[in-house]
Amino acid sequence: MNQSLDSDSVSITRRILDALRLDPVLLSLLVILALFGSLVLYSATGSDQSAVLRQGTRILVAMMLLVAAANVPVRMLRKVSIWLYLGGVGLLVAVMFYGEVGKGAQRWLDLGFIRFQPSEILKLAVPMIVATYLADRVLPVGFKELVVSSVLVLIPVMLIARQPDLGTAILVGSAGFFVLFLAGVRWRIIISLAVMFSAMAPLLWKFALHEYQRKRILTLLDPESDPLGSGYHIIQSKIAIGSGGVYGKGWLNGTQSQLDFIPERSTDFIFSVFGEEFGFFGSVVLILIYLAIIFRGLYIAAHSNENFGRLLAGALSLTFFVYLFVNTGMVAGMLPVVGVPLPLISYGGTSMVTLMMGFGLIMSIRSAKRFLV
Amino acid sequence: MSKREQLKDDFLESRLIRRRLVLAAIFTVILLGLVLGRLYVLQVVSYEHFSTLSDSNRIRIKALPPTRGLIFDRHGVVMANNLPTYRLEIVREQVADLDATLEQLRQYVEYTDQDLKRFRQSSKRRRPFESIPLRLNLDDAEVARLAVNLHKFEGVEINARLTRNYPHGEHAVHALGYVGRIDERDLSEVNEVEYAGTTHIGKLGLEKFYEHELHGSVGVQQVEVNANGRTLRVLSESPPIQGNNLHLTIDSRLQRVAEEAFADRNGAAVAIDPTNGEILALVSMPIFNPNLFVNGISYDNYNALRDSPERPLFNRALSGQYPPGSTTKPFYGLAGLEARVNQKDEKTWCGGYYLLPNEERRYRDWKKEGHGHMNLNDAIAQSCDVYFYDLAYRLGIDRMSEFMAQFGFGVKTGVDSTGERNGLLPSREWKRRNEGMPWFPGETLITGIGQGALLVTPLQLANSTAAFAVKGTRYQPRLVRSVEKIPDYNMIDIASRVTGRYELLKPKNWEHVHNAMVNVVHGLRGTAQGINRGMEYKTAGKTGTAQVFEIAQDEEYDEETVAEKLRDHALFVSYAPAEDPKIAVAVIVENGGSGSSVAAPIARQIMDAYLLEKS
Repeated sequence: MNQSLDSDSVSITRRILDALRLDPVLLSLLVILALFGSLVLYSATGSDQSAVLRQGTRILVAMMLLVAAANVPVRMLRKVSIWLYLGGVGLLVAVMFYGEVGKGAQRWLDLGFIRFQPSEILKLAVPMIVATYLADRVLPVGFKELVVSSVLVLIPVMLIARQPDLGTAILVGSAGFFVLFLAGVRWRIIISLAVMFSAMAPLLWKFALHEYQRKRILTLLDPESDPLGSGYHIIQSKIAIGSGGVYGKGWLNGTQSQLDFIPERSTDFIFSVFGEEFGFFGSVVLILIYLAIIFRGLYIAAHSNENFGRLLAGALSLTFFVYLFVNTGMVAGMLPVVGVPLPLISYGGTSMVTLMMGFGLIMSIRSAKRFLV
Repeated sequence: MSKREQLKDDFLESRLIRRRLVLAAIFTVILLGLVLGRLYVLQVVSYEHFSTLSDSNRIRIKALPPTRGLIFDRHGVVMANNLPTYRLEIVREQVADLDATLEQLRQYVEYTDQDLKRFRQSSKRRRPFESIPLRLNLDDAEVARLAVNLHKFEGVEINARLTRNYPHGEHAVHALGYVGRIDERDLSEVNEVEYAGTTHIGKLGLEKFYEHELHGSVGVQQVEVNANGRTLRVLSESPPIQGNNLHLTIDSRLQRVAEEAFADRNGAAVAIDPTNGEILALVSMPIFNPNLFVNGISYDNYNALRDSPERPLFNRALSGQYPPGSTTKPFYGLAGLEARVNQKDEKTWCGGYYLLPNEERRYRDWKKEGHGHMNLNDAIAQSCDVYFYDLAYRLGIDRMSEFMAQFGFGVKTGVDSTGERNGLLPSREWKRRNEGMPWFPGETLITGIGQGALLVTPLQLANSTAAFAVKGTRYQPRLVRSVEKIPDYNMIDIASRVTGRYELLKPKNWEHVHNAMVNVVHGLRGTAQGINRGMEYKTAGKTGTAQVFEIAQDEEYDEETVAEKLRDHALFVSYAPAEDPKIAVAVIVENGGSGSSVAAPIARQIMDAYLLEKS
C-alpha cells in the first residue's frame, strides 16, 4: 500500500535525479539561468547563432562534469583535495615559466591538445584543501589553524596575482577565506585583520598593484579621466544600463549593445546588454534567480551532517556570490574593472566548467547525507 | 589551552557554522541589495538622463592623434616636419555594402591590395564610427575626382591629416631613420590608448629610438553626431599635445657635403666632436628617400631598394662591420710605447716581409721592396706593415686586445639610434669560445695591421679616433643635443656622457704617436700627404686599406684585374686642428682601393666644411 503510493507520487524524473545524485532544486535553477543566459548571449553577439551553439555545447559539457562531480563520494573528495591542490600549484609554477602570454598576462598552459588556465583548478582545490584541513580540528579555529590555512590560501593567490590575473586571485582567495570564516575565525581577528589591511592599503596601492590596475581604480572614481581606455567601458556600460529603464528596450532591441558601443559585451560586460534590454525589472528577476542558487547552496551546507560538507558547500556558494557581486558591481560602475565574468552567462568555457563542477560538489555533499543516514 | 584540547562537539560546531552561514546569507542579501539600489538609480532615477544620451546616442568619442615632434639640426634647420596630405577614409557603420563601395571607389582612385589589407586590419581595432584610412597621400587629381563624386558614397570622406615629411629627402636618411604605417607588432609595444588614432610610428633610427619623445599625447573629442553619424557639434575637447622636438647634433650642411664627397661610391663616414661626443655628420652611402616609406612604400619600390646590390637600406655607419686595416696602427703604436715594448727611436728593418721564428710563411708588407730602417714615426707615417708585425709579435695578443678595448673597440658605443653592431675585438678567449681553437701567433701579426678577425663599425672607428684625439677620454656618441619639451618649449639639454677614460702612463708617448699622425698628412713621405695642399689647419690622420679577400701566398694584388666588389676597402681616420681637435672623422669607402687616394680626400672635404665655415 505504502509502496504503491510512493511509486505514484515520486515521478520518474525524480528517480533518475536521485540515481544521478542530483539536487532537483539547484539543477532546475541552473538550467533556467543557462537558458536565460543563452538568450542574452544571442543578443549580445549580434544574433550569432553559432556562438550560442558553441556556448550551448560548453554548457552541456559542463553539465556532464557536474554530474560526474556529484557522483564522487565525499570521502574521496577529502582524499584527492591535497593532490588537486599540489598539482594546481605545481601547474601555476609551470605557467610562470612556460605559460603562454595572452593579452599581456601569462595565464595559459598549452598541453598540446588543450589550453587551459591552471588557476581554474585552484578555485575548487583551495576551498577543498582548507575544508579538509579544518574539518577534523576543533572549531572555532585556533591560531595555528588560522596560520596554516592562510598560507595554503595565499600561496596560489600570490602566484595568480603575479600573472597578473586579479579577478581570479580575488575569487580563489575569497573561496579559501570563506571556509575560514565559516569555521568560526573569531571576530576580533577578522576585525583586526580588516583594520590592518586598510592601514596597509596605501602600501599595497604603491607596490602590489600594476600600473594598469591602479589606473582602473582611478578610472572608476572619474571615468572621464580615461575616456579612451577602461573609462570608455564604464561610460558606455552605464549609458546602456541606464537607458534600459524599468522594463528595458526589449530583447534584441538594445541600441547601445547592438550598435557595438559596449566593449566585451558578450563576455565580462554582458550584464549591460541584459540591463539595457530587460530593464530594472529584468535585473531584479535575474538577481533573484542568482540569490536563489546561492541560498540553495547555503541551505545544503547548513544541512550537511559533517563539517567538511558544511564548510565546502558554504564556501563554494559564497564564491559564486562573489562572481556575481564583482561582475555586476563592475558593470554598474561601482567596482573597478577586473576580469570576472557574469557566472554561467558570459561567453566562454573556462569559468563555466569550474562553476558547474563546484555545483556538482555541492550536490555530492547533499547526497552524502541522504545516502549515509 | 585546556579548552583547545576539548573533544570535538559536533552539535556546538554545527551550530557555529550555521550561525556563520546565516550571517553570510544576510551579508549577500545586503550587498546584492546595494547592486540593485545602484541599478535602481541608473535605470529608474536617472533613466531620463541616460535615455537621452542613448537616444541621441550619439555622443561619440574621437581620438585626436597628436602631431609628431619636429626634428631640427644643430643650427635649427628643419630635418623632419609634418605636412597636410589628403586621405581617403571610410566610416564602416555608414556604409551599407562595404564590398560594393570599395569596388565602386576603384573607378575614381587606385588602391592596392596592400592598402586594402591595412584597411581591414585597422578596421578590427577601431572604435565605433571611427574613420579608417583606405588610401593615404591622395594627389590633387584624385582629390578632385573624388570630391565631385563623394555624394554617391555615404560614409566615405576625404580628410586632411598631418603626415611626416623629410624636407631634405634622401639626405641624412641614415641619421634620422623614418616613420611608417603602424602595424600589429608596433602596437603590441606601445600603449594602445595613447596610439588610438595614430597611424604612423618610428620604424628605424632616431625616429624609432626617440619615439617616446616624438609621439606626443593623444587628445579626446566628444562629439555629437546625427543619426547618420555625421558630426553635428563638438561637446568637449581635450586637445592632443604635440610630441617633443628634437635638436640634433648633426650639421645638415656638413652632412650634405660629406654625402656629396662620396659621389657615386659606397661607404660610410662619421664625424664627431671629440670634446663631447656630438655626432656632426653620419653618412652611409648610398642613400634613399625616406618619404617613400611614410605612406607605405609600393612593392616595386621596396623590392628595388631591398634587392639592389648596393644595399641602400643598410646603415653602414652603425651596422656595417669592416676590418679597420692600418687605421689601428696609431693605437698599437701607443700600446707599444705604454707597455715599454718599443722605444720611440728604436728601429726595425723592413725588407718587404716578416718571418716568424721557425715558420716558412712570409708576412708581407704592402710595399714589396720594403721600407728600410723604420722608427715609430716613419712606420706610422709610411704605414709600414713589417714594423707593426714585429711590434704585435712583441706585444702579444692579450696586451693588444686589452689596450684596444680601452678605446672602445669591440663594444657598442651606445649611440642613440637603432641597429648599432658590436664590431669584433678578437682575443684568445673569443677564439676558444667561438671556434674552439687556440690562438695562433700568426693571427697576432695579422691583427697587428688591423686585419684578420678584427672588425669595427665606422661609428666605432670615429669614436675611438675621437677618444685618441683627446688623449683617451671616450664619450658616448649621440645624435640628439637637446629635447624641446612641449608645451612649455623648455630645452632639456642631453648631457654628454663619458664611457671610458684611458689614463696615459706617460703623456709623451701620446705626443710621439700624435706627431707621427701629423706626419701622415703633412710629412714629406706621409701616406696622406696628397691632401695637405692648401690646408689651413693641421691634421693628424691615418690611412688604411682593408683586404676584402685574401691573396694567395705568392700572388700579386693588382687593382686592375680584381673585380670591383672584391677590391680593398679604403679607410681614413683623422682629427683636426691637430693642436686642439674639434672634429674627428672616420671614412670608409667600400672597394675604393687605397685609403690615401679615395678616403682621405673625403675626410678633407668634411674637415674643411666644418672648420673653415665655422670660424
